[in-house]
Amino acid sequence: MKRPFEQLVTTYGPTVLRVCRAVLGPADAEDAWSDTFLAALRAYPDLPGDANVEAWLVTIAHRKAIDVTRARSRLPVAVDRLPERPTGEGRPEDWDGDLWRALAALPEKQRLAVAYHHVAGLPYREVAAVVGGSEDAARRAAADGIANLRAGYAKGGAPS
Amino acid sequence: MNTENTTDLLGALPLVDEEANARLHDRLVDAAERDGLLDVAYRTFDSPVGSLLLAATGEGLVRVAYAREGHDGVLATLATTVSPRILRAPGRLDDASRQLEEYFAGRRTAFELPLDRRLSSGFRREVQARLPSIGYGHTATYAEIAAAVGNPKAVRAVGTACATNPLPVVVPCHRVVRSDGSLGRYAGGDEAKHALLTLEAAA
Repeated sequence: MKRPFEQLVTTYGPTVLRVCRAVLGPADAEDAWSDTFLAALRAYPDLPGDANVEAWLVTIAHRKAIDVTRARSRLPVAVDRLPERPTGEGRPEDWDGDLWRALAALPEKQRLAVAYHHVAGLPYREVAAVVGGSEDAARRAAADGIANLRAGYAKGGAPS
Repeated sequence: MNTENTTDLLGALPLVDEEANARLHDRLVDAAERDGLLDVAYRTFDSPVGSLLLAATGEGLVRVAYAREGHDGVLATLATTVSPRILRAPGRLDDASRQLEEYFAGRRTAFELPLDRRLSSGFRREVQARLPSIGYGHTATYAEIAAAVGNPKAVRAVGTACATNPLPVVVPCHRVVRSDGSLGRYAGGDEAKHALLTLEAAA
Protein backbone atom coordinates (compact mmCIF):
# COMPACT_ATOMS: atom_id res chain seq x y z
CA MET A 1 0.00 0.00 0.00
CA LYS A 2 1.37 3.36 -1.06
CA ARG A 3 1.23 6.56 0.98
CA PRO A 4 -0.20 9.73 -0.54
CA PHE A 5 2.68 11.63 -2.18
CA GLU A 6 1.95 14.64 0.01
CA GLN A 7 3.26 12.63 2.96
CA LEU A 8 6.57 12.13 1.19
CA VAL A 9 6.87 15.86 0.59
CA THR A 10 6.20 16.74 4.22
CA THR A 11 8.29 13.89 5.66
CA TYR A 12 11.34 14.07 3.41
CA GLY A 13 11.11 17.50 1.77
CA PRO A 14 13.10 19.34 4.45
CA THR A 15 15.86 16.70 4.43
CA VAL A 16 16.12 16.70 0.66
CA LEU A 17 16.38 20.49 0.74
CA ARG A 18 19.25 20.27 3.22
CA VAL A 19 20.94 17.71 1.00
CA CYS A 20 20.50 19.88 -2.10
CA ARG A 21 21.86 22.89 -0.23
CA ALA A 22 24.88 20.93 1.00
CA VAL A 23 25.62 19.59 -2.48
CA LEU A 24 24.80 22.64 -4.61
CA GLY A 25 24.73 25.65 -2.34
CA PRO A 26 21.79 27.91 -1.65
CA ALA A 27 21.34 29.39 -5.11
CA ASP A 28 20.74 26.17 -7.06
CA ALA A 29 19.32 24.00 -4.29
CA GLU A 30 15.69 24.92 -4.82
CA ASP A 31 15.77 24.16 -8.54
CA ALA A 32 17.24 20.75 -7.78
CA TRP A 33 14.62 20.13 -5.08
CA SER A 34 11.81 21.02 -7.49
CA ASP A 35 13.20 18.82 -10.25
CA THR A 36 13.63 15.99 -7.75
CA PHE A 37 10.10 15.99 -6.39
CA LEU A 38 8.48 16.45 -9.79
CA ALA A 39 10.44 13.48 -11.16
CA ALA A 40 9.58 11.49 -8.03
CA LEU A 41 5.87 12.32 -8.41
CA ARG A 42 6.00 11.12 -12.00
CA ALA A 43 7.66 7.82 -11.10
CA TYR A 44 5.92 7.23 -7.77
CA PRO A 45 3.13 4.88 -8.93
CA ASP A 46 5.80 2.46 -10.22
CA LEU A 47 7.95 2.51 -7.09
CA PRO A 48 7.88 -0.90 -5.38
CA GLY A 49 5.88 -0.80 -2.16
CA ASP A 50 8.80 -1.95 -0.02
CA ALA A 51 11.34 0.53 -1.43
CA ASN A 52 13.43 2.73 0.87
CA VAL A 53 11.72 5.99 -0.02
CA GLU A 54 14.37 8.28 1.44
CA ALA A 55 17.22 6.57 -0.42
CA TRP A 56 15.12 6.69 -3.58
CA LEU A 57 14.58 10.44 -3.21
CA VAL A 58 18.26 11.08 -2.48
CA THR A 59 19.19 9.05 -5.57
CA ILE A 60 16.91 11.23 -7.71
CA ALA A 61 18.25 14.38 -6.02
CA HIS A 62 21.80 13.19 -6.77
CA ARG A 63 20.99 12.89 -10.49
CA LYS A 64 19.23 16.24 -10.54
CA ALA A 65 22.17 17.88 -8.77
CA ILE A 66 24.47 16.52 -11.47
CA ASP A 67 22.14 17.98 -14.11
CA VAL A 68 22.14 21.33 -12.37
CA THR A 69 25.94 21.30 -12.02
CA ARG A 70 26.33 20.53 -15.72
CA ALA A 71 23.89 23.23 -16.72
CA ARG A 72 25.71 25.66 -14.48
CA SER A 73 29.08 24.81 -16.01
CA ARG A 74 27.68 25.65 -19.45
CA LEU A 75 26.47 29.03 -18.31
CA PRO A 76 28.72 32.05 -18.53
CA VAL A 77 30.07 32.61 -15.06
CA ALA A 78 31.85 35.93 -15.04
CA VAL A 79 29.59 38.94 -14.80
CA ASP A 80 30.44 42.52 -13.98
CA ARG A 81 27.26 43.13 -12.10
CA LEU A 82 25.14 40.59 -10.29
CA PRO A 83 21.61 40.53 -11.69
CA GLU A 84 18.85 41.57 -9.35
CA ARG A 85 17.47 38.40 -7.92
CA PRO A 86 13.89 38.15 -6.78
CA THR A 87 13.24 35.89 -3.81
CA GLY A 88 12.17 32.43 -4.76
CA GLU A 89 15.49 31.32 -6.13
CA GLY A 90 17.01 30.55 -2.80
CA ARG A 91 17.87 32.95 -0.08
CA PRO A 92 21.55 32.79 0.80
CA GLU A 93 20.85 34.50 4.10
CA ASP A 94 18.89 31.43 5.18
CA TRP A 95 22.03 29.69 6.24
CA ASP A 96 25.63 30.31 6.88
CA GLY A 97 27.46 31.03 3.65
CA ASP A 98 30.76 30.09 5.30
CA LEU A 99 29.62 26.51 5.67
CA TRP A 100 28.62 26.40 2.02
CA ARG A 101 31.99 27.81 0.98
CA ALA A 102 33.70 25.15 3.05
CA LEU A 103 31.51 22.42 1.56
CA ALA A 104 32.08 23.74 -1.94
CA ALA A 105 35.83 23.60 -1.36
CA LEU A 106 35.69 19.85 -0.66
CA PRO A 107 36.45 17.33 -3.38
CA GLU A 108 33.09 16.30 -4.85
CA LYS A 109 33.23 12.74 -3.51
CA GLN A 110 33.72 14.02 0.03
CA ARG A 111 30.99 16.62 -0.27
CA LEU A 112 28.51 14.05 -1.60
CA ALA A 113 29.42 11.49 1.07
CA VAL A 114 29.00 14.12 3.81
CA ALA A 115 25.66 15.24 2.33
CA TYR A 116 24.20 11.77 1.90
CA HIS A 117 25.47 10.27 5.15
CA HIS A 118 25.60 13.14 7.62
CA VAL A 119 22.82 15.33 6.22
CA ALA A 120 20.42 12.76 4.71
CA GLY A 121 21.29 10.11 7.29
CA LEU A 122 21.72 7.31 4.77
CA PRO A 123 23.89 4.37 5.89
CA TYR A 124 27.22 4.05 4.00
CA ARG A 125 25.85 1.08 2.05
CA GLU A 126 23.12 3.34 0.62
CA VAL A 127 25.58 6.19 0.07
CA ALA A 128 27.75 3.83 -1.99
CA ALA A 129 24.72 2.73 -3.99
CA VAL A 130 23.97 6.37 -4.86
CA VAL A 131 27.46 7.65 -5.70
CA GLY A 132 29.05 4.39 -6.87
CA GLY A 133 32.09 2.70 -5.40
CA SER A 134 32.35 0.61 -2.26
CA GLU A 135 30.85 1.06 1.16
CA ASP A 136 34.36 1.49 2.59
CA ALA A 137 35.17 4.18 0.07
CA ALA A 138 32.00 6.03 1.00
CA ARG A 139 32.89 5.78 4.69
CA ARG A 140 36.40 7.10 4.03
CA ALA A 141 35.15 9.95 1.84
CA ALA A 142 32.67 11.04 4.51
CA ALA A 143 35.34 10.85 7.24
CA ASP A 144 37.83 12.81 5.15
CA GLY A 145 35.16 15.34 4.29
CA ILE A 146 34.26 15.88 7.93
CA ALA A 147 37.94 16.13 8.90
CA ASN A 148 38.50 18.74 6.19
CA LEU A 149 35.43 20.68 7.25
CA ARG A 150 36.62 20.67 10.86
CA ALA A 151 40.04 21.86 9.81
CA GLY A 152 38.92 24.51 7.36
CA TYR A 153 35.59 25.70 8.68
CA ALA A 154 34.89 24.79 12.27
CA LYS A 155 38.31 25.31 13.82
CA GLY A 156 40.35 27.61 11.67
CA GLY A 157 37.40 29.64 10.47
CA ALA A 158 36.31 29.66 6.86
CA PRO A 159 39.04 29.98 4.28
CA SER A 160 38.88 33.50 2.97
CA MET B 1 36.71 6.22 13.10
CA ASN B 2 33.61 6.37 15.21
CA THR B 3 30.47 7.94 13.89
CA GLU B 4 31.07 11.40 15.14
CA ASN B 5 28.49 13.91 16.08
CA THR B 6 28.41 16.44 13.27
CA THR B 7 25.43 18.43 14.51
CA ASP B 8 27.68 21.29 15.53
CA LEU B 9 29.58 21.22 12.29
CA LEU B 10 26.55 21.19 9.99
CA GLY B 11 24.41 23.21 12.38
CA ALA B 12 24.43 26.18 10.03
CA LEU B 13 22.23 24.23 7.62
CA PRO B 14 18.70 24.84 8.90
CA LEU B 15 16.96 21.57 9.76
CA VAL B 16 13.64 22.95 8.69
CA ASP B 17 13.14 26.11 6.69
CA GLU B 18 9.37 26.60 6.79
CA GLU B 19 9.32 29.44 4.31
CA ALA B 20 11.41 27.60 1.73
CA ASN B 21 9.39 24.42 2.19
CA ALA B 22 6.11 26.26 1.67
CA ARG B 23 7.46 28.00 -1.43
CA LEU B 24 8.77 24.73 -2.85
CA HIS B 25 5.48 22.97 -2.13
CA ASP B 26 3.56 25.61 -4.10
CA ARG B 27 6.04 25.33 -6.92
CA LEU B 28 5.63 21.54 -6.97
CA VAL B 29 1.84 21.83 -7.11
CA ASP B 30 2.05 24.24 -10.06
CA ALA B 31 4.48 22.01 -11.94
CA ALA B 32 2.44 18.89 -11.21
CA GLU B 33 -0.75 20.56 -12.45
CA ARG B 34 1.03 21.79 -15.56
CA ASP B 35 2.45 18.33 -16.35
CA GLY B 36 -0.81 16.51 -15.65
CA LEU B 37 0.64 14.68 -12.64
CA LEU B 38 -1.75 15.96 -9.99
CA ASP B 39 -4.14 13.02 -9.93
CA VAL B 40 -5.79 14.01 -6.65
CA ALA B 41 -5.79 17.50 -5.13
CA TYR B 42 -7.10 18.05 -1.62
CA ARG B 43 -7.66 20.60 1.09
CA THR B 44 -9.57 20.79 4.32
CA PHE B 45 -12.51 23.10 4.83
CA ASP B 46 -13.66 24.34 8.23
CA SER B 47 -17.44 24.05 8.40
CA PRO B 48 -20.06 24.32 11.13
CA VAL B 49 -20.17 20.50 11.13
CA GLY B 50 -16.43 20.19 11.60
CA SER B 51 -13.44 19.97 9.31
CA LEU B 52 -14.30 18.55 5.89
CA LEU B 53 -11.73 16.95 3.63
CA LEU B 54 -12.33 17.90 -0.01
CA ALA B 55 -10.58 15.92 -2.74
CA ALA B 56 -10.80 16.35 -6.50
CA THR B 57 -9.45 14.57 -9.55
CA GLY B 58 -9.12 16.29 -12.92
CA GLU B 59 -12.72 15.25 -13.54
CA GLY B 60 -14.23 16.79 -10.48
CA LEU B 61 -14.91 16.49 -6.79
CA VAL B 62 -14.33 12.86 -5.86
CA ARG B 63 -14.56 12.78 -2.06
CA VAL B 64 -15.91 14.81 0.84
CA ALA B 65 -15.07 13.35 4.25
CA TYR B 66 -16.02 14.24 7.80
CA ALA B 67 -13.34 14.45 10.46
CA ARG B 68 -14.79 11.41 12.23
CA GLU B 69 -14.08 9.34 9.12
CA GLY B 70 -10.37 10.06 9.68
CA HIS B 71 -8.89 12.32 6.98
CA ASP B 72 -5.53 10.52 6.92
CA GLY B 73 -7.23 7.20 6.44
CA VAL B 74 -9.44 8.60 3.69
CA LEU B 75 -6.39 9.97 1.87
CA ALA B 76 -4.62 6.62 2.25
CA THR B 77 -7.65 4.91 0.72
CA LEU B 78 -7.68 7.41 -2.16
CA ALA B 79 -4.00 6.63 -2.75
CA THR B 80 -4.98 3.01 -3.29
CA THR B 81 -8.29 3.39 -5.10
CA VAL B 82 -7.55 6.43 -7.30
CA SER B 83 -3.83 7.25 -7.39
CA PRO B 84 -0.97 7.88 -4.94
CA ARG B 85 -0.17 11.10 -6.82
CA ILE B 86 -1.93 13.14 -4.17
CA LEU B 87 -0.98 16.67 -3.10
CA ARG B 88 -2.46 19.28 -0.84
CA ALA B 89 -3.47 21.72 -3.56
CA PRO B 90 -6.29 24.03 -2.50
CA GLY B 91 -6.52 25.83 -5.86
CA ARG B 92 -8.41 23.03 -7.56
CA LEU B 93 -10.98 23.16 -4.78
CA ASP B 94 -11.66 26.90 -4.88
CA ASP B 95 -15.11 26.46 -6.47
CA ALA B 96 -16.12 23.69 -4.11
CA SER B 97 -14.98 25.70 -1.09
CA ARG B 98 -16.81 28.81 -2.22
CA GLN B 99 -20.05 26.92 -2.83
CA LEU B 100 -19.80 25.16 0.54
CA GLU B 101 -19.25 28.51 2.21
CA GLU B 102 -22.39 29.82 0.54
CA TYR B 103 -24.30 26.69 1.48
CA PHE B 104 -23.36 26.90 5.15
CA ALA B 105 -24.25 30.59 5.13
CA GLY B 106 -27.73 29.66 3.88
CA ARG B 107 -27.15 31.38 0.55
CA ARG B 108 -26.93 28.33 -1.69
CA THR B 109 -29.54 25.63 -2.16
CA ALA B 110 -27.86 23.48 -4.83
CA PHE B 111 -24.29 22.69 -5.80
CA GLU B 112 -23.04 23.25 -9.30
CA LEU B 113 -19.80 21.32 -9.35
CA PRO B 114 -18.33 18.70 -11.66
CA LEU B 115 -18.39 15.42 -9.75
CA ASP B 116 -16.20 12.38 -10.20
CA ARG B 117 -18.38 9.45 -9.17
CA ARG B 118 -15.79 6.73 -9.63
CA LEU B 119 -15.88 5.70 -5.96
CA SER B 120 -19.39 4.30 -6.25
CA SER B 121 -20.82 1.76 -8.61
CA GLY B 122 -23.95 -0.23 -9.31
CA PHE B 123 -27.00 0.22 -7.16
CA ARG B 124 -25.28 2.57 -4.71
CA ARG B 125 -24.29 4.89 -7.51
CA GLU B 126 -27.81 4.81 -8.90
CA VAL B 127 -29.24 5.74 -5.50
CA GLN B 128 -26.68 8.48 -4.93
CA ALA B 129 -27.38 9.96 -8.37
CA ARG B 130 -31.03 10.18 -7.36
CA LEU B 131 -30.44 12.14 -4.14
CA PRO B 132 -30.07 15.67 -5.59
CA SER B 133 -33.69 15.38 -6.75
CA ILE B 134 -34.73 15.74 -3.11
CA GLY B 135 -35.07 19.49 -2.91
CA TYR B 136 -33.27 21.73 -0.47
CA GLY B 137 -35.13 21.88 2.83
CA HIS B 138 -37.08 18.69 2.07
CA THR B 139 -36.60 15.10 3.13
CA ALA B 140 -37.48 11.72 1.68
CA THR B 141 -37.63 8.33 3.36
CA TYR B 142 -35.39 5.39 2.53
CA ALA B 143 -38.52 3.58 1.32
CA GLU B 144 -39.46 6.44 -1.00
CA ILE B 145 -36.01 6.44 -2.56
CA ALA B 146 -36.15 2.67 -2.95
CA ALA B 147 -39.47 3.03 -4.77
CA ALA B 148 -38.11 5.88 -6.87
CA VAL B 149 -35.22 3.78 -8.19
CA GLY B 150 -37.72 1.02 -9.02
CA ASN B 151 -36.73 -1.38 -6.25
CA PRO B 152 -39.20 -0.81 -3.38
CA LYS B 153 -37.90 -3.77 -1.37
CA ALA B 154 -34.33 -2.49 -1.32
CA VAL B 155 -34.85 -0.17 1.65
CA ARG B 156 -31.78 -1.48 3.52
CA ALA B 157 -29.64 -1.27 0.39
CA VAL B 158 -30.74 2.36 0.00
CA GLY B 159 -29.63 2.94 3.58
CA THR B 160 -26.23 1.47 2.78
CA ALA B 161 -25.99 3.57 -0.39
CA CYS B 162 -26.63 6.70 1.66
CA ALA B 163 -24.23 5.70 4.41
CA THR B 164 -21.44 5.06 1.88
CA ASN B 165 -21.99 8.25 -0.10
CA PRO B 166 -18.45 9.45 -0.95
CA LEU B 167 -19.71 13.02 -1.44
CA PRO B 168 -21.76 13.90 1.65
CA VAL B 169 -23.22 17.43 1.94
CA VAL B 170 -22.75 17.98 -1.81
CA VAL B 171 -24.76 14.88 -2.68
CA PRO B 172 -27.52 15.30 -0.08
CA CYS B 173 -27.81 11.92 1.60
CA HIS B 174 -28.61 13.86 4.77
CA ARG B 175 -32.08 14.48 3.32
CA VAL B 176 -32.97 10.80 3.52
CA VAL B 177 -34.61 9.80 6.81
CA ARG B 178 -36.46 6.83 8.28
CA SER B 179 -40.20 6.33 7.78
CA ASP B 180 -40.75 6.77 11.53
CA GLY B 181 -39.24 10.25 11.33
CA SER B 182 -35.94 9.38 13.01
CA LEU B 183 -32.81 10.46 11.20
CA GLY B 184 -31.06 7.21 10.39
CA ARG B 185 -27.35 6.58 9.95
CA TYR B 186 -25.03 9.27 8.68
CA ALA B 187 -21.30 9.23 7.99
CA GLY B 188 -20.94 12.59 9.68
CA GLY B 189 -22.82 11.46 12.77
CA ASP B 190 -26.34 12.25 14.03
CA GLU B 191 -25.44 15.77 15.08
CA ALA B 192 -24.13 16.72 11.67
CA LYS B 193 -27.19 15.31 9.92
CA HIS B 194 -29.43 17.20 12.31
CA ALA B 195 -27.43 20.39 11.83
CA LEU B 196 -27.69 20.25 8.03
CA LEU B 197 -31.45 19.62 8.11
CA THR B 198 -31.89 22.45 10.61
CA LEU B 199 -29.83 24.79 8.45
CA GLU B 200 -31.92 23.96 5.38
CA ALA B 201 -35.20 24.28 7.25
CA ALA B 202 -34.24 27.72 8.55
CA ALA B 203 -33.04 29.24 5.31
